[in-house]
Amino acid sequence: MRRLLLKSFVHGPLTEPAPVTDEAALAELASRVEQASRRRLGRSLAIREVDAGSCNGCELEIHALNNVVYDLERFGLRFVASPRHADVLLVTGPVTANMREALERTYAATPDPKWVVAVGDCGRDGGVFAASRACVGGISAVVPVDLHILGCPPSPTALLKGLLALLDNRETS
Amino acid sequence: MDWTRSIVDRAAWEQATQRLNSAEASLLGLWAEPGFAHMALMQSQACEVLTLACDQNRFPSVGRWHPPAIRLERAIRDLVGLEPEGLPDTRPWLRHGGAYSFLSAEGESLHQIPVGPVHAGIIEPGHFRFTANGETVVRLEARLGYVHKGIDALMAGASIERAALLAGRVSGDSTVAFALAFARAVEAALGAEVPPRAVWLRALAAELERLANHFGDIGAVCNDAAFAVMHAQCGLLREQVLRAADACFGHRLMMDRVIPGGMRCDLPGEAERLLRALIADVRKRFPDLVELYEDTASLKDRTVGTGILSRELARQFAAGGCVGRASGRSFDARRTPGYAPYDRLQFEVPVVEAGDVNARLWIRIREVEQSLGLVEQIVRDLPPGPIHASPLGSSSSGAEGVALVEGFRGDILAWVRIRPDGTIDRCHLRDPSWFQWPLLEAAIEGNIVADFPLCNKSFNCSYSGHDL
Repeated sequence: MRRLLLKSFVHGPLTEPAPVTDEAALAELASRVEQASRRRLGRSLAIREVDAGSCNGCELEIHALNNVVYDLERFGLRFVASPRHADVLLVTGPVTANMREALERTYAATPDPKWVVAVGDCGRDGGVFAASRACVGGISAVVPVDLHILGCPPSPTALLKGLLALLDNRETS
Repeated sequence: MDWTRSIVDRAAWEQATQRLNSAEASLLGLWAEPGFAHMALMQSQACEVLTLACDQNRFPSVGRWHPPAIRLERAIRDLVGLEPEGLPDTRPWLRHGGAYSFLSAEGESLHQIPVGPVHAGIIEPGHFRFTANGETVVRLEARLGYVHKGIDALMAGASIERAALLAGRVSGDSTVAFALAFARAVEAALGAEVPPRAVWLRALAAELERLANHFGDIGAVCNDAAFAVMHAQCGLLREQVLRAADACFGHRLMMDRVIPGGMRCDLPGEAERLLRALIADVRKRFPDLVELYEDTASLKDRTVGTGILSRELARQFAAGGCVGRASGRSFDARRTPGYAPYDRLQFEVPVVEAGDVNARLWIRIREVEQSLGLVEQIVRDLPPGPIHASPLGSSSSGAEGVALVEGFRGDILAWVRIRPDGTIDRCHLRDPSWFQWPLLEAAIEGNIVADFPLCNKSFNCSYSGHDL
């Protein structure tokens, strides 16, 4: 244990510099976010992740945001265990018929002001599952969405760009 | 490998059920389509698929005699509407809506703890109903189906290309294994010959997937005992594997790289150097982490003797992957029935008997070592040549194919029937979790509630793969 900690101490940080924020995501957001809530929250966002029917691919990459390379918390972004502690719902889809009520209830349990970020191609419109009778569709079919981060699944860098855009936009505009 | 394929009558179906019940055979899958029930089983290393025409939409329940089939038959009732006669549990499974009655537990001072479907962590949705006496779990019952996406229904009528996309999204963490199982079933149906280089590249992708997932799981189990340093270190190893996968195959999870007929893309020029560097780096750093795990008494205190799965249950449920191999079941689809190129590669299938969280973690540690060796051999002996067979071959009416592939969780069964026009008539993909979820309920019994995350992570069953 001591040896490992000593090694970690001498080899320097493994965390990589932040990516440049995504212009498209920024533009989408600008029209949606209220200025008053920005002032209230400051540079800090609590995120509650909700899997509303995903294949688990998006979850793996969202998980990676917490590893030492991407280290999400240095930006003031952190994952919380309850929607009641959250500013942002990070939702993956497609929304299945069986998860619809759970997503609605999670959204209702999140205090205002709140934002919903839909992750992945399935989160946008149901993706390859769009035609299924067991699926409702994209996230916006059930709850209002402020930002889409596309990809199948989006890489941790793409996720980081989108979330930083959310943060930056709340600060500057 | 050859599969025995037969259309059977009720007597032969019931006789097969009795073979399962008497432990002569193990169940590989049970699924249905309108009017027909299908069963796949393995007996003394030979695989067979049986089909029964269901008179008046009824068939003799397998679950009545062989409990591992119960949830599969509940799913058949929900999705196809066939009635398994004598099924002991007729509550809906994948079809939700309406009240659901959980199994009861009787005794003094019992209380229930409902958990999910939305969990505290970044994980898939499912509901766990604990009945506890103080801290001790008396009964756990899982309710799944929340991420049911209707994949079997979407497959019917889809082109092979679209069906391959769906297969790769049955369970995102096993995308290579599912795509491989689907591709091999299609190739078996159409009689397609996959070029040797593609066969080897598939094994490379599959072993990288196994490595990435095992690193994630080893770290996550330790993290659930609040040992964060292991989680951080293993997370870094996982990230390195994913980046190598991205550099070699152009996608971090290697989604849609394995396609029917071969591979979508070949390795770039620097792949060999990258992979050798990855193996060397992991071999340098991983042993320190294993030593750290072994030397931390407070961590091992949480994993040793926790969540014991008996050898007998692992056998009865034909539990694959780490779950089975940590409880004395040595089955590995790469060996039995086996598929190329593993017949040309040297590797061991680690097996231990203890059946606790520690045993499942150690199986993963040993499998990491084996997969590193496999990647090394593949990089060294990768044959040259084309990576895709085209055309795939033509389908006579009702051409069928079956395949069994070893994913990081265990054996994945793929069955497909292709129409003469080349589209999918029916397809069924069975995740290993079908036979592992019920065992988690058995393993947690008598443990404390606080040890459930450890037990659950050490199983790491798939929700999406199971819910289809």
